[in-house]
Amino acid sequence: MLELIDVAKHYGTTPALSPARLTIAGGRTTVLIGPSGCGKSTLLRLIAGLVEADQGTIRVDGEVLTPVNINNMRHRMGYVIQEGGLFPHLTVQRNVDLMARYLGWSATRIEARTAELAELVQLQPSLLRRFPAELSGGQRQRVSLMRALMLDPELLLLDEPLGALDPIIRYELQQELRAIFARLTKTVVMVTHDIAEAAFFGHTLVLMRDGRIIQQGSVRDLARSPAEPFVEQFINAQREPARQLGEALS
Amino acid sequence: MKRRHAWLSSAVLVLALVADGRASADSAQIVIGSKAFTESVILGEMAAHLARAAGHGAQHQRQLGGTRVLWSALLAGEIDIYPEYTGTLRQEILVNEGLRNDSALNAALAARGLRMSMALGFNNTYAIGVKARLAKQLGLRTISDLRQHPQLVLGFGSEFMERADGWPGLRQRYLLPQQNVRGLDHDLAYRGIEAGTLHVTDLYATDAEIAYYDLQALEDDLSYFPVYDAVMLYRADLEQRAPKVVAMLSQLAGKIDAAAMARMNARVKLDHEPESTVAAALVKQTLGLDVSARSESAWQRFWRHTAEHLALVAVSLSAAIAIAIPLGIVAVRQPRLGQLILAGAGIVQTIPSLALFVFLIPLLGIGGPPAVVALFLYSLLPIVRNTHAGLCDIPAPIRESAEALGLPRGARLRLIELPLSARTILAGIKTSAVINVGTATLAALIGAGGYGQPILTGIRLDDTALILQGAVPAAALALLAQGLFGLAERRLVPRGLRITSTSAR
Repeated sequence: MLELIDVAKHYGTTPALSPARLTIAGGRTTVLIGPSGCGKSTLLRLIAGLVEADQGTIRVDGEVLTPVNINNMRHRMGYVIQEGGLFPHLTVQRNVDLMARYLGWSATRIEARTAELAELVQLQPSLLRRFPAELSGGQRQRVSLMRALMLDPELLLLDEPLGALDPIIRYELQQELRAIFARLTKTVVMVTHDIAEAAFFGHTLVLMRDGRIIQQGSVRDLARSPAEPFVEQFINAQREPARQLGEALS
Repeated sequence: MKRRHAWLSSAVLVLALVADGRASADSAQIVIGSKAFTESVILGEMAAHLARAAGHGAQHQRQLGGTRVLWSALLAGEIDIYPEYTGTLRQEILVNEGLRNDSALNAALAARGLRMSMALGFNNTYAIGVKARLAKQLGLRTISDLRQHPQLVLGFGSEFMERADGWPGLRQRYLLPQQNVRGLDHDLAYRGIEAGTLHVTDLYATDAEIAYYDLQALEDDLSYFPVYDAVMLYRADLEQRAPKVVAMLSQLAGKIDAAAMARMNARVKLDHEPESTVAAALVKQTLGLDVSARSESAWQRFWRHTAEHLALVAVSLSAAIAIAIPLGIVAVRQPRLGQLILAGAGIVQTIPSLALFVFLIPLLGIGGPPAVVALFLYSLLPIVRNTHAGLCDIPAPIRESAEALGLPRGARLRLIELPLSARTILAGIKTSAVINVGTATLAALIGAGGYGQPILTGIRLDDTALILQGAVPAAALALLAQGLFGLAERRLVPRGLRITSTSAR
């Protein structure tokens, strides 16, 4: 579904992504994980065409991304970021259907698709007339997901979609989101730094550090046969708080 | 891309139409200019009366801002006649030609397609004046006597201060030691003398104020000041276009002596008679012609100034909006070019308005067109800068969300970026509108009328009420413009941006 061949990116002289090779299978959820500055967001932004690679090629469904075809290719991708990135001057409805309107969809088609998506992400239809400033953080992320799914893309790119939410809402949305992904059977690429979230969502985890891909596999693979001591270190660092919590509660 | 070109070309078209308005004046119409002091305005009125008596339409562009403005306008054919002084022509305008006498002067004028009438009869040379009481106290009789009193404060009209035949030459000839020398408006200088903050100033021999302020003119014992015979300067083609007017001008020769001129100046400046009435009386007395003084009612005048001012502001501001917003967009997209655009708009802002006006006269003549162009240029910076700032301030996640949706660049600009920066852009437009309304009062200096006209006349006649007649409506118009764009803000700034964040849960 998605192929990155020797893709590299520098910001000035600092490498953000060393030449990387990565194949992402269709219909599954792949999670890019690693500490801050490891290059996981850069990788996602390269796929969305928000940054241009210094070298290498990216293929989506066999088609090479170029500056010429990027806008059409973007119609086949949905993109959700941490704060939602909703347009503050447009209502929820307009945020969701902006692109469809631009492409000249009929009013009935827009209405049907919006209703379908609102039901999917469990957003009350009355909220469609509101502005983003009138929504809670969780509602904003639901709307952002609706907007990303409007054109029914094959590929869904999520950059820490739940990172800015408080723990309870975050937990709720995690459950719902996984159910949605299961129902849609889309190719999902998600960025997170939280190993528990990665394990919860990801069929495949891609662990990164300092602009390099360290290891790729299921969470079990990573835990059982770490490619580097760092893999074990990274998993344990996040496992420890959970263990301490379990101990305190028992 | 196409859209941007359409914007640019329509703005250029508007400017061209405005500029074209002046070309439609027909040849039977005679345009007279005058300088920004009462005597010149009276003489200008007189010429206008004569032109009308000869059966022409006459338009008087009164109190234009300085010799350079009138000279350029006469050469450009923007005006046909204006009152001038032989001394100014020889010592200032044509100083590089070293003209020794009037016949050399006549030849130099003829080479430029200009003519000069016979002298009208008075020599309005510069004089140096002090309060009569101070003169007595210090025993001042001649200019040379000033050498003994270096503590005196000197204040000269800005023009006298600058020109070669003014203060620099005077100081050299008389070796004057005074250090405290200021340049200021001539009319303000009289008030300084009256208040005692100034002791010595330049006068004209026919000034109404000599008696009024009880001044004494010091004798020019070293014959420094050249002769300033008043003449009418006109375009040579007037001899074909309006031979009767030229004949009448020559009949005025020697008819007005210094005392008569000083009396007329006093009637206008001190007795507040309209220039037109005073000039009509003189035409009747000298040439026996019955001309009626034209006068507008105060309301007619007010509405005319309002219409003129509004036209200046509306045309220049709309052109500025049409050009500056695209410039701001270009500045964001091409950061290097953007530096140049912002620097260019900044530099324009530093050019003094009168300098810009004078620079534009050879290109666009006098009156509305150069004023509109100057106001347009002054209005660019705040709008360009705010458009640039507004677009740059859009948070990266929002800009990128629009990009990630797959919207093309033009659609992103129209649907997302411009609406989000609407408030900042409108703030820039408001700033420009206020600056524009204020600066438009200076357009009267080049004959474009507006609220600057009563302000200039008020300063010239020392009439505060008249100054307020221009200053108050100008201030009101500035507030009104700001209010209108405030209303526009309600319509143009999307409702979603006016909501302060609330938590819905």
